Amino acid sequence: MATQRRKPKSPAPQGDVSITPDDLQSYYRDMLLIRRFEEKAGQLYGMGLIGGFCHLYIGQEAVVVGVQACASPGDTIITSYRDHGHMLATGMDPKGVMAELTGRRGGYSKGKGGSMHMFSREKGFFGGHGIVGAQVPLGTGLAFAHKYREDGGVCYCYLGDGAVNQGQVYESFNMAALWKLPVIYIIENNKYGMGTSVERHSARADLHERGHAYGIPGKAVDGMDVTTVRQETQGVVDMVRDGGGPYILEMKTYRYRGHSMSDPAKYRTKEEVSKMRSEHDPIDNVRKMLLDGGMSEDALKEIDREVKAIVSEAAEFAQNSPEPDPSELFTDILVDA
Amino acid sequence: MATEILMPALSPTMTEGKLAKWLKKEGDAVAAGDIIAEIETDKATMEFESADEGILGKILVPEGTEGVEVNRPIAVLLEEGEDASAAEAVAAKGDAPASTPAPAKPEEQAPPSMRNTAPAEQPTAADLGDLYEAVIETTTAYAPPMEAEPTYEKFKRQTVREALRDAMAEEMRRDEGVFLMGEEVAQYQGAYKVSQGLLDEFGDKRVIDTPITEMGFAGLGVGAAFAGLKPIVEFMTFNFSMQAIDQIINSAAKTLYMAGGQMGCPIVFRGPNGAAARVAAQHSQDYASWYAHCPGLKVIAPWSAADAKGLLKAAIRDPNPVVFLEHEIMYGQSFDVPDVDDFVLPIGKAKVERQGKDVTIVAYSRMVGVALDAAALLAEEGIDAEVINLRTIRPLDVTTIIASVRKTNRIVTVEEGWAFSGIGSEISAVMMEQCFDWLDAPVRRVAGADVPMPYAANLEKMSLPQPEKVRDAAKAVLYK
Repeated sequence: MATQRRKPKSPAPQGDVSITPDDLQSYYRDMLLIRRFEEKAGQLYGMGLIGGFCHLYIGQEAVVVGVQACASPGDTIITSYRDHGHMLATGMDPKGVMAELTGRRGGYSKGKGGSMHMFSREKGFFGGHGIVGAQVPLGTGLAFAHKYREDGGVCYCYLGDGAVNQGQVYESFNMAALWKLPVIYIIENNKYGMGTSVERHSARADLHERGHAYGIPGKAVDGMDVTTVRQETQGVVDMVRDGGGPYILEMKTYRYRGHSMSDPAKYRTKEEVSKMRSEHDPIDNVRKMLLDGGMSEDALKEIDREVKAIVSEAAEFAQNSPEPDPSELFTDILVDA
Repeated sequence: MATEILMPALSPTMTEGKLAKWLKKEGDAVAAGDIIAEIETDKATMEFESADEGILGKILVPEGTEGVEVNRPIAVLLEEGEDASAAEAVAAKGDAPASTPAPAKPEEQAPPSMRNTAPAEQPTAADLGDLYEAVIETTTAYAPPMEAEPTYEKFKRQTVREALRDAMAEEMRRDEGVFLMGEEVAQYQGAYKVSQGLLDEFGDKRVIDTPITEMGFAGLGVGAAFAGLKPIVEFMTFNFSMQAIDQIINSAAKTLYMAGGQMGCPIVFRGPNGAAARVAAQHSQDYASWYAHCPGLKVIAPWSAADAKGLLKAAIRDPNPVVFLEHEIMYGQSFDVPDVDDFVLPIGKAKVERQGKDVTIVAYSRMVGVALDAAALLAEEGIDAEVINLRTIRPLDVTTIIASVRKTNRIVTVEEGWAFSGIGSEISAVMMEQCFDWLDAPVRRVAGADVPMPYAANLEKMSLPQPEKVRDAAKAVLYK
């Protein structure tokens, strides 16, 4: 394996991306789908139809939609437990995702994984992992497989700001840089690792610099703006795909809801949340851009209706799909040799 | 249409809560996402957002009410233009049970084996038998009965070290997806020289020196296995696998189940396990029972060179995560290995190394040799011991053990690991459940002393099972 060292590149590359009105409309739709899906999941949780842990992605939609807009077929994606948005952004069926949340046999994991554990080989989505930071070596392994097979694929390995202090993240950074693996570490910095703010959990808050000791370049990106995310990510994807080695993107974002459903979020002020919602909402921003670009209110409403229908259908399916057959308790422990 | 707002569940364990405060009053307009009430759960005071827009038509549960059950209607939301009478109509209807759609339940909540454990009924002996049968059917911890091993005619003499190397080389020739990674496996030729020559033959793409970073490279290997490669991850010793155990259990062993069968993980974690010599507590430990505890893993512990070769080849081919526990002290020992083209042993099949009629001695890894030495000592006293080499720990070959004990009626287990929750404890439980009527004496466990491994030569020896101790245990179950 190559062991060539590389200095962080500066300035960070920006892809040559022109975002068409059609692109923008599709980002709007994808973000709105995540927002409405998560709101519905919150409601179903309130009704007792979803149990246990449920981590909503509301507020962070621009990150995954902007990044996945840069992905190609054959690429791989892996993330932590705040994962519903990533599944929808990779094109997984909302019905199967919602039915997994309700623990039914129509779910992606037949009801045996739940909110935090879903997978789709077909879409290149490798979970859905519940141990903070554990997906980082796993994603580095997916990138290792891309390089081993020389298939030209890139792994998008998402982690939160809370995960950046796990030791295995740095073990992964070291190997990824040492072996020039095609992996992009996307740190979704939503300012709080559960209830502890970045300033209170990290000696240095510039998380995109966390790879410097390994020669991994990084940059901070406005993760509330989907067009910026797309533009700043495309060049990085091209560079990583071309064999440039790993890259760290720190997406400055914000979650509107608590860490999980039972979190009253008393560690931040209501004003902070409402300021983000009113001034930086990723969906409102794009909506305004579309209207400014000449799209009619009616056309936007049509998208809203379409998304609402998809989510209603998913919720309906998730409630009507039967619970797993009792025999499923004992299946899928081992693959038959 | 007027809709009921139901008391929400706001934590995983909440069944009821206090409606602490209404933040909207009757007649107020409400937008989706507006906070309409504060609710005290078992954990915290939570803000409750409206899911829909409308007018708060009627409050059904006044603020300050405690013990409001989840899903009880607490208010009525009117659509724009509806008048209060609609709220009254819904409220009147609201006395009926909450309208939450019940989950579609299958007819039975639990399979028969689970129902048998219902505490209300005093189980009969027959029930216990049924329960045991059910456990055997559903668990992956015990192997199904397998055919006897064929007999071989040609053998070659090999060390365990050479057998392991040959197994890896043969499987790497056979499958491009197989690669070896670990500390010092490539240029150094293996910390214990197990991977001697592999770098030369397969190159640095497939024989990869890693940094000293167990959690990292174990996780990386699991990710590569998810992607369909077949990693062999070497731990310099299994003591260091504790750094990586989260990736082995939480990622490798559990993902297939959590993915509803979608995500296999064909990986082998291998390296020396157990007590070496004079390396003290942090470098001398048997992990067999740690890993054998976990569904989703297979655990193998070879003794001879033939075991090592045939089982490592099987482990690499197996589509599941396999923990392969070698033994440093065995690496240099030579054995006859069947000299055939593709020598593969079945996972889950034990081997009777010595036939005997008086007492069964069950052991694995290096302790098989100790058990055979004990059998020789017993023979001097006219006692004919049968020695079983488990070969695989999980799935355990209960069939072979049971058949032996039905013949000898007495059993001693031997392991380097600690007795508590050890492999001997598991076998003892199986004997209790399945062989109770055949036992003429209680099971005896010979295990490592219940202490961290001492450094001093005399103490170290005392802490490990010795042939004399196994002999004494065998005599004890024979009441001699």
